[in-house]
Amino acid sequence: MKESISLTWRRIPERYKMLGSHCTTCDAHYFPPRMVCPACRRKGKIEQFEFSGNGKIYSFTEIHAAPSGFENQVPYVMAIVELDEGTRCTGQIVDACCKDLKIGDPVEGTFRKILSDDPEGPIHYGFKFRLKK
Amino acid sequence: MAGIVGYGAYVPKYRIKSETIAEVWGEDPDRIQKGLGIMEKAVPASDEDSATLSVEAARIAMKRAQVSPSEIGAVYVGSESHPYAVKPTATMVAQALGTIPNLTAADLEFACKAGTAGMQMCMGMVDSSMVKYGLAIGADTAQGRPGDALEYSAAAGAAAYLIGQDSESLAVIEDTFSYTTDTPDFWRRSKSDYPSHGGRFTGEPAYFKHVQGAFNGLMEKMDEKIENYDHFIFHQPNAKFPKAVAKKLGVSKEKIEPGMLVPTIGNTYSGNAPLALANVLDHAKPGERIFVTSFGSGAGSDAFSIQVTDKIEERRRDGYPLSHFIENKEYVTYAIYAKLRKKYKGM
Ligand SMILES: [Zn+2]
Repeated sequence: MKESISLTWRRIPERYKMLGSHCTTCDAHYFPPRMVCPACRRKGKIEQFEFSGNGKIYSFTEIHAAPSGFENQVPYVMAIVELDEGTRCTGQIVDACCKDLKIGDPVEGTFRKILSDDPEGPIHYGFKFRLKK
Repeated sequence: MAGIVGYGAYVPKYRIKSETIAEVWGEDPDRIQKGLGIMEKAVPASDEDSATLSVEAARIAMKRAQVSPSEIGAVYVGSESHPYAVKPTATMVAQALGTIPNLTAADLEFACKAGTAGMQMCMGMVDSSMVKYGLAIGADTAQGRPGDALEYSAAAGAAAYLIGQDSESLAVIEDTFSYTTDTPDFWRRSKSDYPSHGGRFTGEPAYFKHVQGAFNGLMEKMDEKIENYDHFIFHQPNAKFPKAVAKKLGVSKEKIEPGMLVPTIGNTYSGNAPLALANVLDHAKPGERIFVTSFGSGAGSDAFSIQVTDKIEERRRDGYPLSHFIENKEYVTYAIYAKLRKKYKGM
């Protein structure tokens, strides 16, 4: 998988610190961040919001046929996580396989390498999730 | 005077037993376990490196300190396994903690003592009012050459120390002293994957000489004696060396026990003495005094005299204690270990 350096760089705040957005008009949280609140449109006031990384597993699957760049990590778990602040996001569940997990399990944010397959290229870092014990 | 305002430690989930490694190389597991005193070691997941371990440990330290990230004026990451040859680990760590952009940051390298070197730098910067807070981290994902004695010990872990004024510290660093010479006991050339070492040479002229040099130097400088300390931490390349040096110096076994991590997690290199200190702080009582002596091949030792304050109990209530990560473990086979550490050709 190739991602341009400028795109990686722009995504650093979102990936490193889970910086999303919050609409102060209707109190909705968005991750990834949105510039405009889809519910309030022009009336919405958007501010930057740092998610805690805490949430619950909404759904998950184990990846055996990985996209390029992730082959060495198989098998690994991808999940949709219901964040405590009230929105869902997709992320990897680390240090676990399918049999360790069930829907509703609490998870917390962790900081990991996302992609480092190109020995000459930059290393991409960002948030993932792990089971909260 | 400077002190520790917050601290945090992290160890990856995976472990490999010494007997699992011994089996591969036809070694007697009993001899390894008794000789080195290492039962198992921590192995990083394939998506962990010194930067990610640093962030895990530092986030706990930040949570405990309750300090705004913007008040941190310096971030130093000590490691011998920095993810890049050129691009500081400290930049990724500072960004992930939100301390950017008004700070100074750099990576340090001094074999197993780069973490304590960072603590000294932060102490100096706090004492001179250059910064309000400085963050010093020791982190490593150490690798031993397959089949080498170091393969049993080379492990992964990180500990982070937020250094600030003594008045707000959970432990005051009363003084520090270092002892450094050019001693070729262990090294890695820039294009080698694995380190080389001087075999027997790693003991007397390297570890023992420098640890004792720093230990005695600080004791003399402070006009202190062993009876006045509750805990002693000596760098643990294996379980044998710290016990031997304690015996030589007249420190009782009981006083080094709480910091002994090498039997269960291995040698975390730059994380070694800092992780041991975190484990002692996790259990220490206000007023207790801790004497820490790190060691880095090459070679040098940093000694610290630390006194725990009454702020410790409320600060450590937040964030996971080190035991959380040590106890939450999963054993891997040698084949999985080789996969996680990318030892297969073509990975
Ligand atoms: Zn809205």
